[in-house]
Amino acid sequence: MLEVRNLTKRYGDIVAVRDVSFSAAQGQILGFLGPNGAGKTTTMRILTGFLPATSGTAKVAGFDVFTESAEVRRRIGYLPESPPLYGEMTTESYLRFVARIKGMPKAAIEDAIERVVKLCGLEAVHDRLLGHLSKGFRQRVGLAQALIHDPPVLVLDEPTIGLDPRQIIEIRSLIGRLAGQRTVILSTHILPEVSQICEKVVIINEGRVVLEQDMAALTRGQSLEDIFLHAIAKESPEAAGVSSEQQG
Amino acid sequence: MRNVLTIAGRELRSYFVSPIAYVVLTGFLLLGGWFFFNLLARFNLLLTIYSAQQNPQILQRLNLNEFVIAPLLHNLSVVLVILVPVITMRTLAEEKKAGTYELLLTSPLRISEIVLGKFLGSFVFVAIMVALSGVYPLILFAYGNPETGVVLAGYLGLLLLATSFVAVGILTSSFTENQIIAAVSCLVSLLLLYIIAWPADNAGETIGALLRYVSLTEHFAQMVKGVIDSKDLVYFTTVIVLALFLAHRSVESIRWR
Repeated sequence: MLEVRNLTKRYGDIVAVRDVSFSAAQGQILGFLGPNGAGKTTTMRILTGFLPATSGTAKVAGFDVFTESAEVRRRIGYLPESPPLYGEMTTESYLRFVARIKGMPKAAIEDAIERVVKLCGLEAVHDRLLGHLSKGFRQRVGLAQALIHDPPVLVLDEPTIGLDPRQIIEIRSLIGRLAGQRTVILSTHILPEVSQICEKVVIINEGRVVLEQDMAALTRGQSLEDIFLHAIAKESPEAAGVSSEQQG
Repeated sequence: MRNVLTIAGRELRSYFVSPIAYVVLTGFLLLGGWFFFNLLARFNLLLTIYSAQQNPQILQRLNLNEFVIAPLLHNLSVVLVILVPVITMRTLAEEKKAGTYELLLTSPLRISEIVLGKFLGSFVFVAIMVALSGVYPLILFAYGNPETGVVLAGYLGLLLLATSFVAVGILTSSFTENQIIAAVSCLVSLLLLYIIAWPADNAGETIGALLRYVSLTEHFAQMVKGVIDSKDLVYFTTVIVLALFLAHRSVESIRWR
């Protein structure tokens, strides 16, 4: 469903992402972990067609991110790190706008709005201005926006950042409910989140993949915290070697 | 086309739910009214003086088109130089700042649709401004007899001028995520295009002609006189198309940087 091969992204002299490869099967929730500045956001931006890669390829739902960008963008729902909201719009008019620019047929739009409003628990704020919403609601509207056109692939960049514990649990259970139908890539710092909802983990450090493994195989005996700290503490080249052995 | 209209519609609505639209419209019409009042008062004074002097030759040369409408249009064009950058500064810069740029660029939209949508939204707003300022000549039609054709040509000129300003504003807004930088660089570019013909009289023949051709004012002044020449229409179209083409390249540049 999603395949990333040898992706590299340079900003001038700085290498943000270095030879990154990983994949996710259909219906899988993939946890994308790494310290701040590891290259998570850059990788996600490349996958969504926002940024080009310097080299390497990525395929989403069988389409190449670079040569068939429009097809990929049609099939992807993306929640960037800060939800892309227009403060002067109401929740409903915003969702209608997003549905239109995602190319949904007119007849399907109102039903889709109703569906995501219910799914994300936005009934109480459906006619409020987005600029007046609390952080938790803003995040949920961001998620609704990513889901409106029912995409087979969801890319969520730190969806639970800055939320209070109750909101985190809500968003997390919402993402959990999406499982089975969609492929989800979820970047986060919160490790328990990953052990709870993800089926696969990719750890990235200093632009390199240091670990890619199924959750079930991973957590036998060790806690995810230990695995994470161990993975990012290693010298990068060795770590890359280890991870490819583990995959092999 | 549907996507262009969706983006333009959102853009236009966002003007009217924020105070910007009302502040800009009020300011524009207030200044326009002040110009109109003073020009009319001066016209009235001249009329009284020359009538008293019984000078029919000069009296014949006094007409509303030349003494009220033409200077009014020139004054309004200067106000537009200042106000249009305020209208267009947010178009792309604010999207970048707010992160909604990512939403637009990761949606299955063509870049041309984004740029044209933004352009169309701001254009409609500016067209509303220009149309509302038409109330002043309408007053003249009610009480006097200005030449309709000349007034219409002048207003077409003002609209074309404002549309070129909008295109330049979209371009400068595409360069930055800072609205002030977008507005100031647009203002400076427009002023420069406005006054670029100043040294034309002293410059050599070729350079002088070139400067006059590049200047917005020269083409606008022709239309205010009531002359609709294809040369001027071609000029305005060129400015608009060129600015939008460059804006398209500027937005696209994120894909090959």
